Amino acid sequence: MKIDRRQFFKVMAAGGAVAVGASPVQARPCKTLPPDAIGILYDANLCIGCKACEVACKVANDMPMSGDGAIDQAYGVQDAWDGDDDLNGRTMNKIKAYVAEGSRTDLDDPDACFIKRSCMHCIDPDCVSACPVSALTKDPFTGIVSYNPDACIGCRYCQLACPFNIPKFQYDKTFPQIVKCQLCAPRIAEGEIPACCDACPTGASLFGRVEDLRAEGHRRLAMQPGERVEFPLNQLGGKTRAAEAQKYHPHLYGETESGGTQYLMVAGVPFEQLGMPPVGDESRARLSETLQHSLYKGMVAPGLLLGGLVYAAYQHTKEDREDQEDRQNRPEQEHGDD
Amino acid sequence: MTEAFRPLGGKLFTRHFQFMGVLVLIAGYFLIRRFIFGIGDVSNLSDGFPWGLWITYDVVTGTAIACGGYAMALLVYVFNRGQFHPMIRAALLTSVFGYTLAGASIVVDVGRYWQLYNVFLPQYINLNSVMLEVALCVTLYTLVLWIEFSPAILEAMKANRLLRFLRHILFFFIGVGILLPTMHQSSLGSLLLIAGYKVHDLWQTTIIPLLFLITAITMGYGIVVFESLYASVHLGRKLETPLLSKISAIIPWLLIAYLVLRIGDLFLSGQIRAIAGPGPEPYLFLAEVALFVFAIVTLMDQYHRTRPTILFWSSLAVVLGGALYRFNAFMIAFDPGPGWHYFPAVGEMSITLGIVAFEIMAYLFFVKKTPILAAGH
Ligand code: SF4
Ligand code: SF4
Ligand code: SF4
Repeated sequence: MKIDRRQFFKVMAAGGAVAVGASPVQARPCKTLPPDAIGILYDANLCIGCKACEVACKVANDMPMSGDGAIDQAYGVQDAWDGDDDLNGRTMNKIKAYVAEGSRTDLDDPDACFIKRSCMHCIDPDCVSACPVSALTKDPFTGIVSYNPDACIGCRYCQLACPFNIPKFQYDKTFPQIVKCQLCAPRIAEGEIPACCDACPTGASLFGRVEDLRAEGHRRLAMQPGERVEFPLNQLGGKTRAAEAQKYHPHLYGETESGGTQYLMVAGVPFEQLGMPPVGDESRARLSETLQHSLYKGMVAPGLLLGGLVYAAYQHTKEDREDQEDRQNRPEQEHGDD
Repeated sequence: MTEAFRPLGGKLFTRHFQFMGVLVLIAGYFLIRRFIFGIGDVSNLSDGFPWGLWITYDVVTGTAIACGGYAMALLVYVFNRGQFHPMIRAALLTSVFGYTLAGASIVVDVGRYWQLYNVFLPQYINLNSVMLEVALCVTLYTLVLWIEFSPAILEAMKANRLLRFLRHILFFFIGVGILLPTMHQSSLGSLLLIAGYKVHDLWQTTIIPLLFLITAITMGYGIVVFESLYASVHLGRKLETPLLSKISAIIPWLLIAYLVLRIGDLFLSGQIRAIAGPGPEPYLFLAEVALFVFAIVTLMDQYHRTRPTILFWSSLAVVLGGALYRFNAFMIAFDPGPGWHYFPAVGEMSITLGIVAFEIMAYLFFVKKTPILAAGH
C-alpha cells in the first residue's frame, strides 16, 4: 500500500508541475477598443434634465412607463410621468439629479448636477465574462454589449459582476428577463443613431466613434469657463450649437474605468459625488479569467489529477471488489454475518 | 473484512418526521407563488442584491455542508484510511441530498429555469465564466454521487448482478467524485472575484478559491462528526467515538492552515486595515475566527476529542464558522453601493427551511429503509 501511495503522489506532483511550472500564471492581455467601436459621450454640463432621452429610450425599446410615480398617485392619472428613480426592469436609461448636501436644488448651484446612467459598454465587460451561457456578448466590431434572452438562464451573475450595477432583472415577472441598454443596436443596424442621442436637444448625449468621442471629451476638459464654443448636436460631425463653456472637473470618465468603457462622461463635479462607484482602472474580468484559466489551463492539471485519483481509488477499493466476489460465491456467509 | 451495512428499520412517520412534513408544505405554498408571480413575490432580492439566501445557503453553504462524502472519500481512497470505511455511506447519503437539493434550489432561484439546459449546449457555453464551471461540476458531481450511493439502494433491492458490475467500475466514479468537488468548491469562492469592490475588503482576495476549498473540506469532516453524534442520540445508536476522535484530529490542522493563509493574506495585501473600519463587518470577521479558534483549541487536545459533548460543540463550531464565512462573503458583508439593503423575506426563508426539512426527511427515510449505517454498532 505504501508504494501505491508514493506512485500516486508522483502523479499528483506531475500534475502540479504542469499546472504551475510549464504554464506560469499569466494574465491575459487587456482587451482593446474594437475597430469600429461606437459609443456615447454624455456631458453633464450641457444636460438640462429634460428627460427627453429617457422617453425616447422607452419608446425605442418598447418599455412600459412605471405608472405609479408620485405625480400619478397624487392626480390619479396613469403614465403622466415616469416615476422610477433608478434603472430597473423597465428602464434602461435614467437621468438623475445630484445636489450637494445642504445646498438648494438650484441648477445654478455649482454643486448641482445631472447624470445619465445606462450601460457603459465596457471594453472588457465583466458581465460578458460572467455569463455562463453567453447571453451577454460584445460585438467584435462595434463593441456593443447586447443581451440574448433566448440564451439567458436568469442566474443574475451579470448583476453581481457588473461594477456599474447596470443589468436589471424583472423580479416582478413570471417569465423575467435581464434589462439593459444595448446602444440601440437595431437602430444602428439601420444606419440610425441611438434614440437617446437623437432626442437630446442640447447635445448632452452625443453619439460617435469612441476614438473621436475621446478627443471631443478632452477638447471639453481643456475649455476655458465662460468662452463661447461650438458643441455638436446628436452626433459627431453633424449639426452644432454655440454655448458658453462651463467649468469641467478634469476627468474623462470611462477612459480608463474598469479597463475603459465606450460610454464616456464629463461633468462639472467629481464623479464620486454623482454616485459613480469606485470601480478602479482594471477590469475584474481579467483577474477572474486569469485565475480560473491558470487553474484549469487546457484541463491538463485536472486531467492528471483525475488520473491520480482514479488510480488511488482503484488501488484502495481492491478489497471491496474481492470482498464482493467472496460474498457472491458464498451467499450463506453473508447471512451468517448478521 | 466484510463490513455490512444494514437498514435501521423502525417507524418512519414519527412526530419529528411529521413536523418536517409541515415545513415542506409551507415551502410548497411559497414555491407555487414563486412560479406563478415571479421571484419578487416571495423574496427580497433586488438589483443590488441579485443573490440572497437561496444562493448563499442552499448552494454555497449547503454544498459545503454536503462535503462530508467528499471529505471522507479523500480520507478513505486517497489517504487509504480504510478504517473509516464504515462511515462512508452515511457521509455519502448527506452529500447526495445536499447536492441534489442544491441543484433543485437552483431551479427556484434562476429566473429563466426553463432554459437551464443551455448550460450544456456548446453554442452557448462561455468558458470564461466561473459560473459555468460551477454549474457543470455541480451537476456532474450530483450524478456521480448518485452512482456512488447506488450500491446502498441496489443492496436494498437485492439487485445483485447490477451490484456486482457496479463494484467493478465504481473506482472510476470515486476518482471523478473527488476531483469535481475540488474544482467547484474552490470555484464557488472564485465567483466573488469578479464582484470586486462589492465584496468587503476582509473577504475579497485572490486566494478566495483556496480558502473556500479548505473550509469546505473542514466543514465536511465537521458535519460527519456532528451528524454521527446526532444520529447516535436521536436514532439510539452506539456512539462511534473512537473513529470520530480520529477524524476530528484532522480538523485543527486544516483550520490552522486556513487561518494562516487568510490572515497572512490580509496582512500582505494591507486589507487588514479594514478590521478597524466602521460597521459590523470587523465583528463578523472576528466571530468567524473565534469559532475556528474554539474548534482548534478543543480538538487539539487528545483527551477532549474522546468527549462526545466537546466533539459535538466543536464540530458544530466548525460548520457554523464555515457557514458564517460564506454568509459574510456572499450576503452580509456584500455591499453593492448606497441605497441597497437586503434581509431575506419570509417566503425565501420558508423555501430554504422546507428544503432543509426535506433533506432531513429523506435522510431518515433512507437510513431506516436502506443499508446505510454500519451494522454491529
Ligand atoms: S456596464 Fe456593466 S452591463 Fe454594461 S458592459 Fe459594463 S459590465 Fe456589462
Ligand atoms: S442572468 Fe442571464 S445574462 Fe445574466 S449572467 Fe445569468 S444567464 Fe447571463
Ligand atoms: S442607446 Fe438606446 S437603449 Fe441605450 S440609453 Fe440610449 S436610447 Fe436607451
